[in-house]
Amino acid sequence: MIPFDFDYFRPKTLQEALQIFREQMAMGKKPYYFSGGTELITLGRVQLAKADAVIDLKKINEVRACRIDGDHIVLGSCLALTEVEESNLFPLLTKTASEIADHTSRNKITLGGNIRGGIHYREAVLPFLLADSTAVIVSAKGVTFKKMSEVFQGSLRLENDELLVQLITERKWASLPFVHVKRRRQWETGYPLVTVAALMSDNGIRVAVSGLCAFPFRSEKMENGLNSKGTGIEERIKMALDGIPATVLSDVEGSAEYRMFVLGNVLRDLVSELEGGIVV
Amino acid sequence: MRTVGSSVVRKEAWQKVTGTAKYTDDYAFAGLLHAKMVVSTMAHAIITSIDTTEAEKIPGVRAVLLGGSYPLVGEAIRDRPPIAVGKVRYHGEPVALVVADSPVLAKKAANSIQVLYEPLPVVNSATQAFEAGATLVHEKLGEYKRDNEIHPPIPGTNIASHVKIRKGDMEKGWQECDSVVEASVSLSISDHAAMETRCSIAEIGPDGKIKITTSSQAPFMVKRLISQYFGEDMGKIVVETPLVGGAFGGKAAVQLEILVYLASKAVGGRPVKLRNEREEDILTSPCHIGLDATVKLGSDRHGKIKAANIRFLWDGGAYSDKAVDLTRAGAADCTGPYAIDNVWCDSYCMYTNHPYASPFRGFSHSELSFAIERTMDLLAEKVGMDPLTFRKINAIMPGNTTPTRVLLNNSNVGNLPKCIERVHELIQWDEGEMIALDERFVRAKGISCSWKTSTIDPDAPSGVILTFNPDGTINLMSGVIEIGTGTKTVLAQLLAERLNMDVNNIYVKMDVDTQTTPEHWKTVASRGTFMAGKAVLQAAEDVIRQLKAIASCVLRAPIEDLDVADSRVFFRDDPGNGVHFKEIAYGYQYPNGNSIGGQIIGHGHYILRGLTHMNPETGEGRPGPEWTVTAHGIEVLFDRRDCTYKVLKAITVVDIGKVLNDKAARGQVMGAMSLGLSFAGRETFVFDSLGRVRNPQLRTYRPLHYSEAPEYMVEFVETPQIDAPYGARGVGEHGLLGIPAALANALSTAAGVSLQKLPLVPEMIWKAKEHVRP
Amino acid sequence: MKVHQLELRINNEKRMVVVRSADTLLAVLRRNLGLTGAKPGCLNGDCGACTINVDRLPMKSCLMLAIECEGKEITTIEGMHNTPMQQAFVEHFAFQCGYCTSGFIMNAHSLIHNRPNADNQMMKEWLDSNICRCTGYEEIERAVKDVLRKNSQIQ
Repeated sequence: MIPFDFDYFRPKTLQEALQIFREQMAMGKKPYYFSGGTELITLGRVQLAKADAVIDLKKINEVRACRIDGDHIVLGSCLALTEVEESNLFPLLTKTASEIADHTSRNKITLGGNIRGGIHYREAVLPFLLADSTAVIVSAKGVTFKKMSEVFQGSLRLENDELLVQLITERKWASLPFVHVKRRRQWETGYPLVTVAALMSDNGIRVAVSGLCAFPFRSEKMENGLNSKGTGIEERIKMALDGIPATVLSDVEGSAEYRMFVLGNVLRDLVSELEGGIVV
Repeated sequence: MRTVGSSVVRKEAWQKVTGTAKYTDDYAFAGLLHAKMVVSTMAHAIITSIDTTEAEKIPGVRAVLLGGSYPLVGEAIRDRPPIAVGKVRYHGEPVALVVADSPVLAKKAANSIQVLYEPLPVVNSATQAFEAGATLVHEKLGEYKRDNEIHPPIPGTNIASHVKIRKGDMEKGWQECDSVVEASVSLSISDHAAMETRCSIAEIGPDGKIKITTSSQAPFMVKRLISQYFGEDMGKIVVETPLVGGAFGGKAAVQLEILVYLASKAVGGRPVKLRNEREEDILTSPCHIGLDATVKLGSDRHGKIKAANIRFLWDGGAYSDKAVDLTRAGAADCTGPYAIDNVWCDSYCMYTNHPYASPFRGFSHSELSFAIERTMDLLAEKVGMDPLTFRKINAIMPGNTTPTRVLLNNSNVGNLPKCIERVHELIQWDEGEMIALDERFVRAKGISCSWKTSTIDPDAPSGVILTFNPDGTINLMSGVIEIGTGTKTVLAQLLAERLNMDVNNIYVKMDVDTQTTPEHWKTVASRGTFMAGKAVLQAAEDVIRQLKAIASCVLRAPIEDLDVADSRVFFRDDPGNGVHFKEIAYGYQYPNGNSIGGQIIGHGHYILRGLTHMNPETGEGRPGPEWTVTAHGIEVLFDRRDCTYKVLKAITVVDIGKVLNDKAARGQVMGAMSLGLSFAGRETFVFDSLGRVRNPQLRTYRPLHYSEAPEYMVEFVETPQIDAPYGARGVGEHGLLGIPAALANALSTAAGVSLQKLPLVPEMIWKAKEHVRP
Repeated sequence: MKVHQLELRINNEKRMVVVRSADTLLAVLRRNLGLTGAKPGCLNGDCGACTINVDRLPMKSCLMLAIECEGKEITTIEGMHNTPMQQAFVEHFAFQCGYCTSGFIMNAHSLIHNRPNADNQMMKEWLDSNICRCTGYEEIERAVKDVLRKNSQIQ
């Protein structure tokens, strides 16, 4: 039950969406781009989110894209996570998406909604950080293409009226060996203690992490540590752990020390798996 | 047996699979107002101001209630203001109540109320509450009205009740011991998390008639308490309870009913509904009690336990309500199902700044089992004995006495050794307690035993009414609430069995209302089948007598020549010759029009016999009628590196006395085991240092899900309880009781470290291992 | 406009409702349409008791606005009449209190139609979306497997 009221718009084009957004802003209202909308509905119920005007994007073609385009995979921001999984254009993403929330909720939660979400896990971004994907963003100024590494700094750094339309990923990344591990406080359900996604590229292991700190990230320092050749595995893990870019969380899911313990083991396993079990 | 034992489909099954089953919140009608609570954001604080100005301005807001003008409430001790006055004592405590035209308006108004607090020091555990000089949760403990003169609160402390067991000669007991161990265990408060959040509707008529509809296990108690607390005439209070969406003890407490009664009163008696959102159901409404326990056990060199000294500090939370009874029940069965001659137990009900406790399935017994069974494993190890053999040697038997000195016989206690033997086989104990699969993974097993009697009020009643329809079918009315246990279907089976008729010709009234349904005290404590079952059998005798009386006129034969079966009364020696119920159940009409008899209405009732209060100094007394015993086994696959695990198998063997409905009984036991695994493995309130609950949603407070369930093995031993319907013992709770302990025992073996805290999350195991690492 | 008149297609009927933009589908089903089979358990997408089918897929009706459902085919438990899944739930005692049952059946019903060859893994993935507090889940597993097995025999 959402205890506030809002106007509801269902534009058919990006231009229309942007225009509504601008008009609402001009009227001093708080507009809200709505795809799955699960966060507005759930956080709104407990007074942690608010909107005066909801702009439902799901009727716009571009945000529903799900295709191979030459050497690129194009995924619209308003695809439900289950649609992303079923298309299976990017196997690592399929795996990452399939571990978010639960199956029925993923029929509603969208790719863009998860990445732009207020709940800090935003796990769907991990594969895109690893694959140097490009975010397609529109605003009043037109369409811009930005590297995910640039536009996603803990959260999606968009200007007020900017709208994430698509994510474009080179196909070569989709065929690389990968590992995705989600570890929870207990058993199979719930938020992560840590979620780790990794790809084996020509230049070594790429790794991105969610749940560990208050935001998801890919860390060059961690990767350098993990990839330092000629060093023993324990030393590599230690260097990787030293490269964690922010404070490790202690919360209801687990303490910081325990998260570090879990992450260490996850990294050991993924190195072993991606390097073919040959641990130097 | 014709019907007893068979898996008769529950009577309300098709309602439940078609969405037509109605629960309290499903009732709505024009003119219904909606209430919304404002709850405390602090665990212990002085309320410095409440500003309701904005709320009152919202059109459609009909009333805003604050505390101060209402009497104190509470079952054992009247220590709780329905709405907080002056200060709050737990996170989630109601501080204001808004009534408005719609749920949205009520919520908007509640959100607009500004409450300011000045924090007070927080009592954040039962152990802390017990310490000398602890902050007092209730400064005026001595001034409260109370019902429990036997185990009264101790003013100037946080002790709401102190129950003592003093049995045997402790000095002699310890002298006989060769091995002694002492262990401290603890488990924090958690929640019932029934899928239906609590909901109540109240309206007060111009004639003063108070109608309350509520999702409750205890509508008859609602009636009594509203009358006692507010001086209302009992006959004017009618409480209705439709189907209830799970309860597990959480709906045995009376809380929303009081609030919604006050809300209706504040708006001139108009109907008002109050439904908990999940966060309120977790925080504000009563929860599952916590426990800090210390257990000292000693045995002689043959492994016979000679002495036990037990201290329970129950975390009853901010208000004592039912926690006082939980404290008593824990003391009464404190040793677990073992024969021990010398027992000393101090069971304290502690006030803390936590959400307050209501009963939880097992009523203290799963918690005490965890304490006892962990210590049992430690003592077995010290004695150098296999834990299964150790339990068998000490298993309680007919001829032994309980901690409250009840002499057990073949009827009032089940056959524990037989349960243990069966678990022994099912878990393949002889294969070894722990089997290493490789360097990292082990399979490990743990066992436990448990028992329980039902320490309900000695004068708790249960009644049944049977009415006939003109076609000879029967309506069965009992005050048992259908909370999911299928008890009312079982009652129909008992009736069908006794009348030797088709169970499909018996209709069961699922809803209860306290004006027309005979009372069943509360639907708790696995008492439905026993007490209401006894009442059904008495009612069956009553209708048989009436049916035979009229049939004897019609058939012109003495009553003793007649028998009843298949909805007919007939000649014992000539079964083909008789009358169908439909010819006599509404009176009999002779061919010339003369008629005799009338609608047959039968009744039966039952009250427990021979229960006594416990002696305040020694605990001596008869707290319950019979003990159901169980043995449990759990097998886990444990990762020694990560400290993670999967529960592979969960086994319960329970002496059920007699299986009345096979699938329903299995379902009850399996469901209880699932609840036990969930609370043992994951569920707990996570309190911060200020006593606030950090996980009041089902995404952070996570019950067991489908993929997390183990393989279940449920088996029954049948040692009849002679005075119970067809020998059946209470079984609604027992699948749960030893499960946390068995899981802890399995994991302690697997991890090589004694795990003495719940929940058994990998982090806790990891920390325990780190702690002992050299 | 914060209040809308909508035409919803529910259980093969067209229903007109007046709703707030902010009303969830669950609230509209229960309050405006009297379809109380979908249950509020958490209003947070965590428990699945409010699960219905939208265009044959399981959806948590507490996570949708009613206004989002214009033009979609909505099926609630009230639209299910003696289906194999309902029969299997009855036969296998796959519920006790019944509060989660509507949601579980709607999810399982969608599963067998969309994934007739579902294996254990897929069953877990789908059925982890709902919480049952009463059973041990084994009864639910049996019911769903029974329907899957019978369907595969028919094919």
